[in-house]
Amino acid sequence: MAFLDRTARSLLLSELLSGLGLTLRYMFKPKVTVNYPYEKGPLSPRFRGEHALRRYQNGEERCIACKLCEAICPAQAITIEAEPRADGSRRTTRYDIDMTKCIYCGFCEEACPVDAIVEGPNFEFAAESREELMYNKDKLLANGDRWEEELAARLTADAPYR
Amino acid sequence: MASLWQGYLWPGLIIVAQIVAIILPLLGAVAYLTYAERKVLAAMQLRKGPNVVGPFGLLQPLADGLKLLNKETILPSGANPIVFVAAPMLTFVLSLVAWAVIPFDAGVVLADINVGILYLFAISSLGVYGIIMAGWASNSKYPFLGALRSAAQMVSYEVAIGFVIITVLLCVGSLNLSAIVKAQETVWFCVPLLPMFVIFFISALAETNRAPFDLPEAEAELVAGYNVEYSSMTFALFFLGEYANMILMSAMTALLFLGGWLPPIGIPPFTWIPGPLWFAAKVAFVLFLFLWVRATFPRYRYDQLMRLGWKVFLPFSLLWVVVTAGVLVAFDWTPK
Repeated sequence: MAFLDRTARSLLLSELLSGLGLTLRYMFKPKVTVNYPYEKGPLSPRFRGEHALRRYQNGEERCIACKLCEAICPAQAITIEAEPRADGSRRTTRYDIDMTKCIYCGFCEEACPVDAIVEGPNFEFAAESREELMYNKDKLLANGDRWEEELAARLTADAPYR
Repeated sequence: MASLWQGYLWPGLIIVAQIVAIILPLLGAVAYLTYAERKVLAAMQLRKGPNVVGPFGLLQPLADGLKLLNKETILPSGANPIVFVAAPMLTFVLSLVAWAVIPFDAGVVLADINVGILYLFAISSLGVYGIIMAGWASNSKYPFLGALRSAAQMVSYEVAIGFVIITVLLCVGSLNLSAIVKAQETVWFCVPLLPMFVIFFISALAETNRAPFDLPEAEAELVAGYNVEYSSMTFALFFLGEYANMILMSAMTALLFLGGWLPPIGIPPFTWIPGPLWFAAKVAFVLFLFLWVRATFPRYRYDQLMRLGWKVFLPFSLLWVVVTAGVLVAFDWTPK
């Protein structure tokens, strides 16, 4: 009997037909495509994208040139030079990140005692040349000014879990 | 002078016009078949498919075609240049010449020859030459393996297709395609010859190198099979030929089993729709089956492919030829 059953099934292509039925059902299901440039997926507040150097609300830059980020960077992508400013405060004269070396691990952000260097939500910073990816202090501060509102919101949202 | 015009030039012009009238819609159908394939596959995989170029991505095939034309034709230094260039032309031309005998409606056919089905069978068998020539002339590993597989596969499944055609011919008593369609006025052959219809469809998949029998170009193992070394226009010709062959096999399925241009039932609401539209609808349906199967089944292993062709389809179709012939003789239904 089992033999007959099996033979009948294989001759009637029952398994093939049920497979076809499955794909036909799927054809009418709603699509899961995210229509990328026009719509984007959700980002966690912890998402590690393009770097930015933040400022205090009075416009003073946060970075105190402690070089912890430079030290912890596993890819050695960060280069910092520092000297005391005219008013005696310690600031960086040079803060470079080689974005082609960076592995976006977020250690710099974790190491920073003043929340100065952060990785923001922006992941659309592809460039046409290598040079454009050698970020200097100006570029990083400009990023910070551009994204500050979101950066602050992300830090607040993530604070309870840190 | 008048006789030259009346005897040769004018009929020649008419034939050229007829050819253009067949080939232009055919190439359009090929272009939109690629679009339909991407859309259907995408839908079955819960994706959207091309939707950026033009409304609903409808201009995508044109964009793809223009892109291919703009690319550089590369002649590999190890290749045999003449055969290498001739192969895609052969594939393309063979996929077009077969359309000469396809009837689109009662009497609407370029060459109403009495051995139409035999001609179709012969042309589709010749298709393997394009692939073998491409594989051999490329002088490269993957194309060669792809071509070998393709040759063995197409030969194996042509045997089954041959027997399927014989059963249909037994029921019709003519090799003329129009006569085959007219014989289905009472009932389409897919009903009494259902097993043969299934075998023919599956063999058509193998014959056109479509999934799940796409071993000649198995992306996963052979990169792209016989057309690895091809680029630009030569590749486009292969691509067009392959898809035109798919449409041809669908047209053959529609003519042999789905009643060609005949409506499902010969009563008014159905008979108002003109025959060519019915024919196109049936071809489109079979093409959808091609795409549907591709979205559903994984690729056969090579030994499974050969086993299916020689140990399942060949004996089964042979048996069915005998059964059909026996039934026709026993009930005295043989076509007079």
